[in-house]
Amino acid sequence: MPVQVRIPSVLRRQTEGAESVLLEGETLGDILEGLETRYEGLRGKLRGPRGEIRRFVNIYVNDSDVRLLDGSTTPVTDGDEVIIIPAVAGG
Amino acid sequence: MSYVSGLTCRECATEYETAPRSICEECFGPLEVAYDYDRLRRTFGRETVAARARSMWRYRELLPIDGDRILGQEVGYTPLVSAARLAGRLGVDELYVKNDAVNFPTLSFKDRVVSVALTKAREFGMTTVGCASTGNLANSVAAQGVRHGFDTCILVPEDLEAAKILGTTVYGVRLVGVAGDYDQVNRLCSQIADRFGWGFVNVNLRPFYGEGSKTVGFEIAEQLGWKRPAHVVCCMAGGSLLTKIGKGFDELTRLGLIDEGTTRLHGAQPRGCNPIVAAVKDGSGEIRPVKARTIARSLAIGNPADGYYAARAIRRSGGFAEDVTDAELVDGIRLLAETEGIFAETAGGVTVAAARKLIASGRIPRHEPIVLVITGNGLKTTDALVSTAAAHPIIEPRLDAFERVLSDAAVEAALSKASDAPPPGPSLSTSSGRPATAAPPSSGRPLA
Repeated sequence: MPVQVRIPSVLRRQTEGAESVLLEGETLGDILEGLETRYEGLRGKLRGPRGEIRRFVNIYVNDSDVRLLDGSTTPVTDGDEVIIIPAVAGG
Repeated sequence: MSYVSGLTCRECATEYETAPRSICEECFGPLEVAYDYDRLRRTFGRETVAARARSMWRYRELLPIDGDRILGQEVGYTPLVSAARLAGRLGVDELYVKNDAVNFPTLSFKDRVVSVALTKAREFGMTTVGCASTGNLANSVAAQGVRHGFDTCILVPEDLEAAKILGTTVYGVRLVGVAGDYDQVNRLCSQIADRFGWGFVNVNLRPFYGEGSKTVGFEIAEQLGWKRPAHVVCCMAGGSLLTKIGKGFDELTRLGLIDEGTTRLHGAQPRGCNPIVAAVKDGSGEIRPVKARTIARSLAIGNPADGYYAARAIRRSGGFAEDVTDAELVDGIRLLAETEGIFAETAGGVTVAAARKLIASGRIPRHEPIVLVITGNGLKTTDALVSTAAAHPIIEPRLDAFERVLSDAAVEAALSKASDAPPPGPSLSTSSGRPATAAPPSSGRPLA
């Protein structure tokens, strides 16, 4: 059972309308690479040139902000949920 | 007449038409309302403002509305209090308190941003409004939402202060407690707004909502006689308020209502949730999210949406930032109450305590005007004070019992003053003898 990635509406133009995508990998970085390979339009939007997650992107693995975990090297396993959400909300 | 020209991405400058959207599709950056300042300069001046009722809407040309149907005409224009007694305690010459603890209708600065957001929601034809909140925003969305006939959906962390929960549910709104912290509530609201298309004031209405905070800056400048203060100290949760106060001063300068000059913006956070202060102090300006642990619940945002911009605004203005412990913020609440008679919530205690540190360390010079922004009311966060509240005596309804709780010196002083004055009626000094053995004041029975 692969990892489910939730796509926010602001990015669905790049994902042909897909709200969620199933991908396989061992780390969050693998998942993001897989996502960018499937939807080239996402490349550069989520991660900067050195692979760092962009300032205005929040990514969660099973509820936890990956900036509080290990960023792109955060491990993922089958059945995990990855949520991508624009960072600028709240307050 | 509207002076809004659209929305612009703060990062990549991509332009969008006015719509309930808050995020740039190109880079995920936040969208900011753009105004036609050239046109504004020709039509908007001090006299425009002065001719209007005393509310935040006297600056309506600088707020992002398109029509004339304003929801919340009475909001804002709170007192700017000259705080000489607090100034004396902090050792500074000139100090003011911008007192949004008495804002209308729900006693916090959030009434401003909600008034703009609901006005905008009505313009967009939305019928349901909501928010993710640490409490004050929930109160305001609830009160103003029902008053203006919206359906509401308000989400908060489940363990908020009782007064903030009650101050929401009393309006008969839909309140949902979430088993998690604010950052988790916020994430859920982003997903809800995305799916249902409701008007979440601090999600998809955020560009408009945030503009309401500029009016704190507008009012401070006007109340100082159309001048910038040299320093503003402001608490930070998401970081938007501080940023927008700075923007407010800059807009007034740009339109010629106040002179050029700088206002140093200083940010305050609790030690248990200080990601913006950390970003200022380490010089990086980059926000590292934290798990919030503080009694200042209204500031408990571990991943602040405007943290990056707040840190940048502080640095560029020449200001600084400071964090304070829970004990220090309680002292701050007391200091403000005991000197100025203003009861601030925990966030206000953070502001006062941080100002004290910034003054002591020389970051704020003692001879320049300072404004402290008090954003919320202490009656909502009494829980924070209960354990340290001073006991007061309880007595029998008898004069000798009352005299027993005064010190000997106080009784002597009161009696001699009373006998010096010409008696209006029966003289106090002859009405009662002093008991031979007076009990000390501490003999009063404390409240259970």
